[in-house]
Amino acid sequence: MENDSKSNYLSGILRPERRERRHLIDILQDIQAAEGYLSRAAMLEVSKFLDMPGSTVWGVATFYNQFRFTPPGRKPVKVCLGTACHLAGGQLVLEATARELAIEIGGTTEDREFSLERVACIGCCALAPVLTIGEEVHPRMTPPAVEEAFVNIKAAAPGAPGTESQP
Amino acid sequence: MSFEQLFRQAVSRWESLYKGRNVHILVGTATCGRAAGAMAVLEAFRREIEGLGAAAAISEVGCMGLCSHEPLVTIIKPDEFAICYHNVTPQMVPRLVQGYVIGDDPCLDLALGTVTGGGHEPAVIPELERFNNEKRLLLRNSGYSSPLEIDHYLACNGYKALAKALTMEPGALIKEVERSGLRGRGGAGFPTSAKWRSCHSAKSNIKYVVCNADEGDPGAFMDRILLESDPHAVIEGMAVAGYAVGAKKGFVYIREEYPLAISRLQTALMQAEDKGLLGKNILRSDFNFDIEIVKGAGAFVSGEETAMMAAMEGKRSWPEHRPPYPATTGLWGKPTLVNNVKTLAYIPLIVNNGAEWFKGIGTKGSPGTALFALAGKLTNTGLAEVPMGTTLRTLVYDIGGGTRGNRQFKGVQIGGPSGGCLPEALLDTPVEFDSLTEAGAIMGSGGIIVMDEDNCMVDTAKFFIDFSQQESCGKCTPCRIGTFQMLDILQDITRGMGTLTGLNMLEEIAGDIKAGSLCGLGKMAPNPVLTTLRYYKEEYKAHIMEKRCPARVCKDLTAYYILPEKCERGCDHCVLACPAEAVFSDENGLKVVDQSKCTKCGSCELVCPVEYNAVIRLSPVSLVPENRRTRPETPSKEP
Ligand SMILES: Cc1cc2nc3c(=O)[nH]c(=O)nc-3n(C[C@H](O)[C@H](O)[C@H](O)COP(=O)(O)O)c2cc1C
Ligand code: FES
Repeated sequence: MENDSKSNYLSGILRPERRERRHLIDILQDIQAAEGYLSRAAMLEVSKFLDMPGSTVWGVATFYNQFRFTPPGRKPVKVCLGTACHLAGGQLVLEATARELAIEIGGTTEDREFSLERVACIGCCALAPVLTIGEEVHPRMTPPAVEEAFVNIKAAAPGAPGTESQP
Repeated sequence: MSFEQLFRQAVSRWESLYKGRNVHILVGTATCGRAAGAMAVLEAFRREIEGLGAAAAISEVGCMGLCSHEPLVTIIKPDEFAICYHNVTPQMVPRLVQGYVIGDDPCLDLALGTVTGGGHEPAVIPELERFNNEKRLLLRNSGYSSPLEIDHYLACNGYKALAKALTMEPGALIKEVERSGLRGRGGAGFPTSAKWRSCHSAKSNIKYVVCNADEGDPGAFMDRILLESDPHAVIEGMAVAGYAVGAKKGFVYIREEYPLAISRLQTALMQAEDKGLLGKNILRSDFNFDIEIVKGAGAFVSGEETAMMAAMEGKRSWPEHRPPYPATTGLWGKPTLVNNVKTLAYIPLIVNNGAEWFKGIGTKGSPGTALFALAGKLTNTGLAEVPMGTTLRTLVYDIGGGTRGNRQFKGVQIGGPSGGCLPEALLDTPVEFDSLTEAGAIMGSGGIIVMDEDNCMVDTAKFFIDFSQQESCGKCTPCRIGTFQMLDILQDITRGMGTLTGLNMLEEIAGDIKAGSLCGLGKMAPNPVLTTLRYYKEEYKAHIMEKRCPARVCKDLTAYYILPEKCERGCDHCVLACPAEAVFSDENGLKVVDQSKCTKCGSCELVCPVEYNAVIRLSPVSLVPENRRTRPETPSKEP
């Protein structure tokens, strides 16, 4: 069933009018939007579709910051380390978040609930430092505020995986 | 439809909204507004208006550039003042609707000021002093007319320049741009007409126009706001450029991280096609032009024009040697005109008002305005558009409102990772291409970040080098290896392991990187280090010789210390907040930070109640009294 939906979404993306090299990045973006990351299998499909070596697809994909190659958490956590956020203490916020989730940058919690990324400027410099959890923007963060934000999220979803407190 | 007809139709629609008999509510829903909660405010207005059956129209508009006041709402009322309200929350909406939309109470306690102008002139808030110093050309429609309605743009003289251009010879058009003295706003300030001319003269039946909307500087957001607030101005500029150089196809290369700008641009493109302002036989002429959006995938180097074209061709975004320049050999080898978003958005104004008018604004060498994104430790963050030649002081103090909380001003970083850091003494430098380059900074993208006494200049330089090092594409060695070495030295300095020889080496490597790098990324990456070395050398030396970080930012050189005379022993805030269990109570119940455990997260300082204010930072760390550094072997008393 999962496989079915997978090939379905791929055929929606690998449309004949896109069979040109210039659409490669566009195609990869669509795959990541659908699947959350670029799986090896999907990239091989793309290489067949565009008739280019898998290594070329991989080479292009790994060049760009946008692409990830492991599944993200259900709620991706992004800490902004753009200039404004850095100057307002973004690094401390990032460290506090990593500590709170007990994962490293680029990592995903074991239950796949959260993943952690650092990003550059999400356009809310006036509210620096900011982090986003899923779609939600959390403005003017501090280490204690990070802790509180996750306590609230975990409390809002009792029993859900990822609610055990960190040791 | 002829242009005249399109225009008349648009004007009548626009006037019925903005000058009609009903109240018109404008809600700013650009990205900054949304982050501050504008969508909930918009929803609240819709509900309230509908619930009361009030006769009022609501429009989503872009950003006025007053980001720290978001969400912003303007209520335009026939025969009354148009009033702009700031920091609006959904809870305030019923009051605003009852008060001003329906009743006669202008709710002045919630207001930022009145709005005058709008339409053919830029909308301003005369009560705010900053507007005296601003000159809004690019921002003329931002935050007032709706980016979602092509009629709003048309009614404010939109697409008039395209209609006019189509009656002109391309050569005459290029001449007009040349006489205006317009210089590219993508950073380098290259004369726009020279590019246009060489692309125009290039022999090829296929040519392209590319709008560079990559905006990779991690503290700049002017291009995004422009595209979210007034996308048609950019589209019109592109179409005129296409006509001038002989291109039929345009691309907008825009960062994927700008979803709202992308969707507003998409909407605008569809509307322009519907009205026959893009596509085949534009305005019944024989000029064909269409525009496609290409989304970038997050690489700073992709903003460099040759690297951008590689990305558009579906390759790794690697820059190429120039010449040949894109204007003769660009996308797929065809002549390609690459211009920045702002450069293109000036074009309709220049065509409509003439070169002389444009030259009358700004300075001789840099005509026109400069659009800046103000961020950092400023009271008023957001966008500011000023005539070229305005001083940095005016930007920081008269428009930015000075440093937040009246902290001591320390420096201003202009041009992001490629730019430089300028001190107080240079605040009277006029902003224009040449004087900034002279001072060691660059006009660059237009990001201005203000730093105060709590920011460490070495740390800031390290931040930018770290950015450039990560974003270095790796194609050329000086940039790939050199930035890494610079980062290494800076890291040592911030850790108290720097040497004076290291400082010299830093300068030496910087020179080599500038001389030897393939593209602007490497050539300009050392600028933040070179300018901080030039203007803040003492701060580097304090790190190296005294192991002291004057701003108390660098962790290895800073210690958290709890002043015993201020500590209220009964309060356990710091003990509970410390994630490292480093805070303990001494035999008198006073709190002490165990330096061997402290991770310098700053939580204790943040939670210490303001009435005690007992937690301070000390640098060098040797300032912490010896008997209050670690927990004694046998704890006298458990917290
Ligand atoms: C590393 C690097 C990043 C750049 N990023 C941008 C950018 O984000 N936006 C932009 O318009 N130009 C950027 N440029 C400049 C472009 O290469 C190009 O000069 C510009 O788009 C030309 O437009 P203009 O003539 O209108 O200034 C960048 C250059 C370099 C070297
Ligand atoms: S730097 Fe973080 S939002 Fe801009």
